[in-house]
Amino acid sequence: MQPHPQGSPPPPLVRLAHVGKVYDSGTIALADLTLDVAPGEFISLLGPSGCGKSTALRMIAGLGRHSSGLIDWPTSAYDAAGEPEREIGFVFQEPQLMPWATIAENVRLPLKLARVPRARAQARVAETLEMVGLSAFADAYPRQLSGGMKMRASIARALVTEPRLLLMDEPFAALDEITRTRLSNDLLEIWQRTGCTVLFVTHSVYESVFLSTRILVMAPRPGRVIGEVAIDHPGPRDTAWRQSPAYQAGCRRVSALLAEAMGQPAPA
Amino acid sequence: MTPPKATDALHEAQMLSSPPEPAAEAPAPAPAPPARKRTDMADRWLPLAGGLGFLALWQVAVKVLAISPFTLPPPSAVFVALWQDGPELLHALAFTAAITLSAFLLALASGVMLGVALTQNRRIERMLWPYAVALQVTPMVAIAPLVVIWVGLSRAWLALLVLAWVVAFFPILSNTVLGMKSADHGLKNVFTLYRASRWQRFCHLQLPAALPYIIAGMRVSAGLSVIGAVVAEFVAGSGGTTGLAWVITQSGSMLDIARMFAALVVLTAFGLAMNMATGLIQRLLLGAWHESAIEQEN
Repeated sequence: MQPHPQGSPPPPLVRLAHVGKVYDSGTIALADLTLDVAPGEFISLLGPSGCGKSTALRMIAGLGRHSSGLIDWPTSAYDAAGEPEREIGFVFQEPQLMPWATIAENVRLPLKLARVPRARAQARVAETLEMVGLSAFADAYPRQLSGGMKMRASIARALVTEPRLLLMDEPFAALDEITRTRLSNDLLEIWQRTGCTVLFVTHSVYESVFLSTRILVMAPRPGRVIGEVAIDHPGPRDTAWRQSPAYQAGCRRVSALLAEAMGQPAPA
Repeated sequence: MTPPKATDALHEAQMLSSPPEPAAEAPAPAPAPPARKRTDMADRWLPLAGGLGFLALWQVAVKVLAISPFTLPPPSAVFVALWQDGPELLHALAFTAAITLSAFLLALASGVMLGVALTQNRRIERMLWPYAVALQVTPMVAIAPLVVIWVGLSRAWLALLVLAWVVAFFPILSNTVLGMKSADHGLKNVFTLYRASRWQRFCHLQLPAALPYIIAGMRVSAGLSVIGAVVAEFVAGSGGTTGLAWVITQSGSMLDIARMFAALVVLTAFGLAMNMATGLIQRLLLGAWHESAIEQEN
């Protein structure tokens, strides 16, 4: 449900044109990925391991160079070195918190590195912790928190800079089903509240259909996109959505594409 | 944390307004059950009871077996020597302690600084590391005469300081180098993502990540600096110094075995104090977060 103004669609936040990545070993991690990420979208990259979905995410984040193609940020400023001001948040598969710092200090890290004044940063940290429901644990150390709560802290750290684009690399993969469901609900809430754009890497069909407005299904060797499914659902994404025929139809379509990606005949 | 809003019929009710996780996931509780208190007490008194038992056995054995006081004096004689030679022993301790602490602090400062410097540049590390190792494997006793010649016999204390520093330096250097390299790869990515400067990376990532290693090195060095100061005095003191090693040598030559033991007791007590002090520093710096300081409850 991206807010499309009538007539011309808004320019994409980031545009990938025929992007490829070849490692030094000769492995083709990603071939010819073309993708426009429009503001407000929730896009999932779905596929088996080795399909280049994480590689794509890392290149968008600037954590690795692409070997071919173009990654452009049409609405972002570029600095003198030609680096775009990406305005992104990144949530890794592991929470990646500093064990020696409290949750509040961990969440403040991006602001501290950007030299935001302490008072302003702390207000923003409190606000963000509130958003992920961790206000009571601001002074706790990561080791004192459960896996789900650490992931919440990690999401808070990604959100603290008010990014326009939130990149998430299988953030819930290591969590149990109950915690994952809960975090998925909260992520949608945050997405709606902040109006940010999300690019979400996952290998779960159900997770991607539940969360996304658009799903790119990818195949390995070489990593590439083999299909795209739009999930158009105007209502709230809640338990009723999880049980609706539209959700199930979406899951079937995505599963069929995924089976194709794995080189298997689509199930009847 | 806000309590769950029971009346909120909207689907959001299950989301952000509720506590993030079940109550079972609250931070680990601190108070220990009373049953453990009793074990703690026993833990505290058991070593003392063992020590007293050993002393009693020693006293009785010396009497029953009629061992000559020139071979093994009874503990009572050692206590008498401690009391009578107290001022002299404390004076010797002051000398040894000064050498030990200076050597230890020098080793700490130089080890951390050189360790940090080595890890900033791979070429510098490649260039200097083999020589640091060479310094480490060369027996301190073997270079003692050379050091004495360099600093001059009139400044034997300086020779002791240099030798004790050589011994205490390496564990801190090698641990700092290891620690500086041990920052988590995922966290390095986080810092890259937010475009941390080299200095920020050093202050907020490498140094805190290295801290547990540096402290482990520090604890080893604290013990080694005591050993270094004493051994150095044996081999390089040449009567020009007045530390505890000299007291031991002198008492030995005078067959005052009880005083030898008394000096040993003072030396051991000093070593224990060094160990406890570094243990306290470790708890202060790592207690809140590091795995080594966490008590697991099963």
